[in-house]
Amino acid sequence: MTKVIKIALASTVLLTSLSANDIIKGSGASFPYSVYQKWLKAYNKDTGIKVDYIKKGSSKGIKDASSRAVDFAGTDKPLSPKVLKKKGLYQFPGVVGAITMGYNLPGVSELKLSRKATVAIANGTAKYWDDAVIAKANADIKLPHEKLTFVHRADGSGTTYNFTYYLSKVSKKWRKTYGAKKSLNWPGDHHIGGKTNSGVAALLKQTKYSVGYIDYADAKNNDIAMATVENREHNFIKPTLKSFQTAAAKATLKPEKDFYAVIADPKGAESYPMVAATFILVPAEKPEMNKRVTKFYDWCYTNGQEIAKGLGFVPLPDSLTSKVRTYWENKGIK
Amino acid sequence: MEKIFQKLSLSSASLVFVLLIGIFITLYTAAKPAIDEFGFDFVTNPDWNKEVSLNPTSLTDTVVDMEEDSLDGEIIDEDDMEIADEDDDAILDEDEDDMMLDDEDDAVTKTIYGGLVPIIGTLLTTLIALAFALPIAMGIAVFLAEIAPKNIANVVGIAIELLAAIPSIIFGMWGLYYFAPIISDLFGGYQVSLLTAGLVLGVMVLPFMAAITRDSMNTTPNVLKESAYALGATKFEVIKDIIFPFSKVGIIGSIILALGRALGETMAVAFLIGSIFVLPQKITDPTISIPVAMANNFGEASGLGESALFYLALILFIISFAIISIAKFYFLKKAN
Repeated sequence: MTKVIKIALASTVLLTSLSANDIIKGSGASFPYSVYQKWLKAYNKDTGIKVDYIKKGSSKGIKDASSRAVDFAGTDKPLSPKVLKKKGLYQFPGVVGAITMGYNLPGVSELKLSRKATVAIANGTAKYWDDAVIAKANADIKLPHEKLTFVHRADGSGTTYNFTYYLSKVSKKWRKTYGAKKSLNWPGDHHIGGKTNSGVAALLKQTKYSVGYIDYADAKNNDIAMATVENREHNFIKPTLKSFQTAAAKATLKPEKDFYAVIADPKGAESYPMVAATFILVPAEKPEMNKRVTKFYDWCYTNGQEIAKGLGFVPLPDSLTSKVRTYWENKGIK
Repeated sequence: MEKIFQKLSLSSASLVFVLLIGIFITLYTAAKPAIDEFGFDFVTNPDWNKEVSLNPTSLTDTVVDMEEDSLDGEIIDEDDMEIADEDDDAILDEDEDDMMLDDEDDAVTKTIYGGLVPIIGTLLTTLIALAFALPIAMGIAVFLAEIAPKNIANVVGIAIELLAAIPSIIFGMWGLYYFAPIISDLFGGYQVSLLTAGLVLGVMVLPFMAAITRDSMNTTPNVLKESAYALGATKFEVIKDIIFPFSKVGIIGSIILALGRALGETMAVAFLIGSIFVLPQKITDPTISIPVAMANNFGEASGLGESALFYLALILFIISFAIISIAKFYFLKKAN
C-alpha cells in the first residue's frame, strides 16, 4: 500500500514538474496584454506549447525579470543597455500600439487637436472647449463654450507613460515639470480619473464635453470619437491602422542598443504621432528557455499580424523583425 | 475533552489578536521610511507625489508653483527609483537631442507625499454612505420586524441578504454605467465624485445594517410589546419606546460593521470616486480614498512611494481602530 502511494506521489511530482516546465511564464505590461493573450492562445492551438502571460504593469514586469521569477517579462518602458547589462537581461520589441485622443462633444465629429492643444488640455490651461488654443485648428467647427473635462487613467499604466512621453517630446515645459511617468498627479482642476482602460472609456462615453487619452483598441470597441492629431511635420493625421503602420516604419529601433528607444512622435509626413512600442525582457543566462520564448515571438511576428491588427495593434514591420531575429542569433537565443 | 475544547477556543481567539498585531507590525515596518521622511506632516499635507526642489532657499517652500518653478524641476521617474538612478543620463538618444528626456540642470529634487486628500476622501465617503444608509436601513428593519406580514417580510429579507452577497466590482460597474449618469443629471458636476461613491457605498452597507438591526429587533420580548399595546400605545410608540431602546446594542453593532466595510471598500469606490489627489470643494467633486490610492498605485510603486502607501494603510488601520473603539466603548456604555 505504501509503495503504491509512494509511486503515485513520485509520479505526480514528476508530472507536475514536467508540466510546470512546459509552460513558458511571462508577466508585466498591461498595454499589450490583449494581443499577447490572443497570440499565446493561437500559438497553443498551433503548436501545443503553453505560454502564460499575467498583466501586472511594467514596473512589476521589470522586477519579475530582474529577480528571475518569470521566463520573460513585458515592459512599456524600455531599459537602457547599461541597465540591461547590469541586470543580465536581453530586450526586444514585441508589438506597436497606438494611443488616441478620445472625445465626447455633442455635435462635433471631426475634432482636430494641435500639439499645443493636447498639452494645454493635459496641463489644465485649456479650461473651455472654445479656448483659442483648441479653436485655432478647428476653424470650420463651432466649438461650444462648455467646461472641458479631461479623463485620464487613475491607476499606473504604460498608456499613461507613453502619452506623457509624447507630451514631453512636444512640450519642453511638460518635460521639465512632469516628465514621462506611469502614474501622474495630473495638474489642473478639470480632470477625473478612470480605473483601467474600460473605466476611462465609460467616463468618456458618459461625460459630455470630455476628452482623454485611450488606446486605439478600447476607443474603437466603445465607439468613442477619436481626434485627428498634429504630427511633428504639422500635418493632422487621423488615427487609422495605416497611419500607425507608417509611424512604426519610421521608428528607429537599433539592435546594437538593445532596441532601446521610445518611438513616440516619429518623423514622416503621414506618421501618426502617439505610437508606442512595448518590449520583452528575457534573462540572459537561460538560453534554452529563451530559445522557446523567441520561438514564440518569432511565430507571433509571422503569424500574429492579423490578430494584432484586429485588436488595433500594429505588427512590427518586416525590416524590424529581421533585425530582431539577427539580434537573437547574435545573443545565441534563437 | 473540556480542556481540549477550552484550548481550541482560546487559540482561535488569540489567533485574531496575533494576526492583528502582525499586520500592524508589517505595516509599520513597511511604512517606516515614509514615517521617518515625512513624520506627522504626512497627515496634514495635501500634496501627493509632488517634486520639490532641494535648493536650500526653497527647502521650506513645499508648494512648487508649476508655472514659475518648472525650470528647476528635474525629471525623476519615481516609479522605478533604482532604474531611474542608473539611466537618468539618457532615456532616449535619437538624433533630436533637444527633445531628449535627460536632465541638464543641477537642481536636486525630491518627491514628497502627503496623505490629507485620501484621508479626507475616506472619511467623507464613509460619512455620506452612513448618512444615506442609516435611515433607510432603520426603515427596512422596522418594516420587516414589526409592520410587514410574515410572508412579505421573508421575501424582502432574502432580497436584502442577497444584496449583501453581490461582489463589490458589480456595484462598481453598475454605479459607473447606470448610477453615475443619474447622479450627475440630478446634482450636476462630474459623474464620478464623492457623492456617487458615497451613495453606492451606502447601498453596499445597507444590507448589513438592515439585516442585523432586524435580527436584534426581533429579539424584543413579546411580553414587553404586548404590555405596551395593552396600555394603549400605538404602533409608532411601541417602535419608538420599546423596540428601539431594546435593540440599541444591535443597531450600534450594525453601524460598526457597516463602518468597517465602508472605510475599507476598494473596488467599487475605485471606479466611482474619480481618483484624483485634489481636495473636494463640493460634494460633487472627484477625489480619492485611502484604499483606492493603494489599489491604483501599488502595482507601479517602489521606494518611498511604496512606503508612503503603506503609511496610508497604517493610517487607515488606525482610523478604523479608533472609530470602532470609540463607537464600542462610548455608545455601548451609554446603551447599557
